[in-house]
Amino acid sequence: MLKAQGYVGAPQNRVDGRAKVTGEARYAAEFEVPDLAYGIVISSAIAKGRITSIDASAALAIPGVVQIFTHENRPRTAWFDRSYRDDVAPPGSPFRPLYDEQVVYSGQPIALVVADEFEIAAHAASLVRVEYETDTHMTDLDIKRSEAYVPPKKRSGVTPPPSPRGDADQAFAQAPVKVHGEYRIAIEHHNPMEPHASTVVYEEDGKLTIHDKTQGVQNSQRYVSSVFGLSSDQVRVVSPFVGGAFGSGLRPQYQLFLAVMAALELKRSVRVVLTRDQMFTFGYRPQAIQTISLGANPDGTLQSIMHDAVQTTSSFEDYQEVIVNWSNLLYHCDNVKLTYKLAQVDTYTPSDMRAPGAATGVTAIETAMDELAYAVGIDPVELRIRNYTEADEANKRDFTSKELRACYQLGAERFGWSTRNPQPRSMREGRELVGWGMATGVWEAFMQKTAARAVLHADGHLDVSTATSDIGTGTYTILAQIAADTLGLAINKVTTRIGDSSLPKSPVQGGSWTAASAGTAVQVACRSVRETLFKYAREMDGSPLANASLEHVSFADGRIVLTNDPETGISFTDIMRAKGVDTVEAEEMAAPGMMTSLRYSGYSHSAIFAEVRVDEELGIVRVTRIVNAVAAGTILNPKTARSQIIGGIVFGIGMALEEESLLDHNLGRFMNHNLAEYHVPVNADIHDIDVIFVSEHDDKLNPMGIKGLGEIGIVGTAAAIGNAIFHATGKRIREYPITVDKILG
Amino acid sequence: MSASQNHSSPALERIPVTLTVNGQTRTVEVLPWTVLLDLLRDHLGLTGTKKGCDHGQCGACTVLIDGKRINSCMALAVMKDGASVTTIEGLAKNGELHPLQQAFIDHDAFQCGYCTSGQICSGVALIQEGRARTRNEICEWMSGNICRCGAYTNIVDAIEQVLGSTTEAAR
Repeated sequence: MLKAQGYVGAPQNRVDGRAKVTGEARYAAEFEVPDLAYGIVISSAIAKGRITSIDASAALAIPGVVQIFTHENRPRTAWFDRSYRDDVAPPGSPFRPLYDEQVVYSGQPIALVVADEFEIAAHAASLVRVEYETDTHMTDLDIKRSEAYVPPKKRSGVTPPPSPRGDADQAFAQAPVKVHGEYRIAIEHHNPMEPHASTVVYEEDGKLTIHDKTQGVQNSQRYVSSVFGLSSDQVRVVSPFVGGAFGSGLRPQYQLFLAVMAALELKRSVRVVLTRDQMFTFGYRPQAIQTISLGANPDGTLQSIMHDAVQTTSSFEDYQEVIVNWSNLLYHCDNVKLTYKLAQVDTYTPSDMRAPGAATGVTAIETAMDELAYAVGIDPVELRIRNYTEADEANKRDFTSKELRACYQLGAERFGWSTRNPQPRSMREGRELVGWGMATGVWEAFMQKTAARAVLHADGHLDVSTATSDIGTGTYTILAQIAADTLGLAINKVTTRIGDSSLPKSPVQGGSWTAASAGTAVQVACRSVRETLFKYAREMDGSPLANASLEHVSFADGRIVLTNDPETGISFTDIMRAKGVDTVEAEEMAAPGMMTSLRYSGYSHSAIFAEVRVDEELGIVRVTRIVNAVAAGTILNPKTARSQIIGGIVFGIGMALEEESLLDHNLGRFMNHNLAEYHVPVNADIHDIDVIFVSEHDDKLNPMGIKGLGEIGIVGTAAAIGNAIFHATGKRIREYPITVDKILG
Repeated sequence: MSASQNHSSPALERIPVTLTVNGQTRTVEVLPWTVLLDLLRDHLGLTGTKKGCDHGQCGACTVLIDGKRINSCMALAVMKDGASVTTIEGLAKNGELHPLQQAFIDHDAFQCGYCTSGQICSGVALIQEGRARTRNEICEWMSGNICRCGAYTNIVDAIEQVLGSTTEAAR
């Protein structure tokens, strides 16, 4: 039935491709608005203390400067914390821009200079003089970890570590083979290519249309409404294209607040765009220090898993993610102790960044497992199979599906793993040592309540819509594929509308849940249209389908036909004409099944194999080959799916070798706040990447068996590379990124 | 308190800049410190050229000046007076995509699309430069254009395809 057209599962070019290659796609800072004012944010120069004076006189004297907003003249906004708490906010008191004279982190926005032109605003901003009284700050996790605490209030959607099982300490003490280590993952910043921006259009009736860089138009819309005391119909957030986000667009960022504040106050349209430097002044992947102890029998079977993590958060919110739970989720063990704590530092609150928690925790456990493989002298793949778990032991639930075994097998075959000599430093080519490493990846398969609308027009054109985003994931395309298949239309007859808060309710795009959530909602809405259309068809005078049932007809080429006799049927146009309607519409809500989530755990899995070449004298590492075998349920569009996994792997290569936001603890500030000093992989860093989608049938998670692909590509990649570096060099580095100094040091 | 500044605040002087943009002659009066990128985006409404870093570090703002690729964020507009600029909006002819634009679609050489204009302009110039013959050389000469979505292998596939057909056509 669904395969009538067969778009789902077949490689499909992006439906928004032409807009993106011609420059027609408009991002948040690119909407033309008459009489637009430009806002430039001034960032604090200290990490902690108070502003004693702001002298804006020279700036205000520049012709074309409209207004300079500071804590001294800002308009009043909502009183209570809850008004500032967005859909994905962690527990605590959300940051309020320009609230008072207090500075709580370096780079905090402390003023907004608004002018008629960007160039004037930029010049004026350079003339504003700010004086501070500094207070003692602390940004060093190594010092603050002694004050680490278990977060008193759980963050919604983040599962705290399960209670200990068995006696992990004793089992570790008695285990014949032990691995114990401390693992560090550096702070990373998302750095999407598009800087955060908001263009607030002040409409003639005083309503606001906001072009915001966001992963959740309705999240931004609710935030603006509640903070500024506006009714929901006064605020519409529109974001058809998002220039990457990777989590940075989950929460409304401060440029949105500032642009809206200025627009309301000036009764004029305002645009605020952050600089690349300022992209380092809000959320980031927090630094984590993890301690792992693995106890095993000589045959490699795990007797004890202890995994502890301490991670940074801000002084005002308890950011949390799932770091340690993965260890037991991946491996069978009867004695398990998992602990997770936070330590406050004087930075902005960390935020979810691609595979939050898993990218951090799995990197550590998968490095430790490689150490165990060497400790017991068992091949790393074999070790993982010996400790394979068929159930989510912590929650005593079965998996909805799990083809990780096939990932190991197919990935190893494609990579040529069986010819690997386990001996470190056993392969060399010229001046380079060659190493092969592998790791496992895992990510939860979420689904969130999402609504969608489908409108079939008499000319055979179908519009589907929901308020989700496409941050580069391919959402436009997969929704069009699903809709086209469900109603038997050519994909060019389908128009997808997303990224508009006035559309049917959708959560933020994140967690790899959009395909499952929005995809199911679109399918359900289109099925509803099918049913209505079929009902109309049966009601027609002399209908050839009068005695047919829905199971016996097919929707193909804009017609409903008898499946057994495709010549017999009626076109959508004729059905609608006979009924006297111009459109057939349906809006439906899709939600995860309660019973499924109580009985089962749903995860995607992967096996990553990496080849590195390490220049022995210079310590330079090249990742020359990656094979990633992914089991993530139904793959809707193999073309964009492959791209998503490759993108995740590239992120993982960055985590393994390059990405690190370096704090100067004396200043409490990120030092390398630009793309020349914060290194992300560039073209020359990337070589062969081979993605395998392992066939995986899942009939429990959602009707189409979708698990999502946004995160799984990064998870485990850094560990596979680190393990390959060990194999190449014989040097075990437990601190990511593995930079030249660590290899040579 | 900081010393008070003695700004007499004269009216800001503007300088006329004439450019041929995608074949059309355009004259704009700009403040002297206006950057070519902002002139294109804010003054001419050509937002296909992107601002990613404003520091010449990411390549999102790549345009062709008299056929050569430059980071338009690193050029003051007044310095380019009289130049001929080709932006992403000028690559398709009569609605027909440039072969590299089509190759980017065919190879899925982008995800979010924000670096794409710069990648394509850079790739078009690279092909014209004639210095990339191998895959590794394409990687090297395209390393001034960051793609955070990580579409690099697909970008190289797209350029390789067009490069191959160009080389064949020249034979």
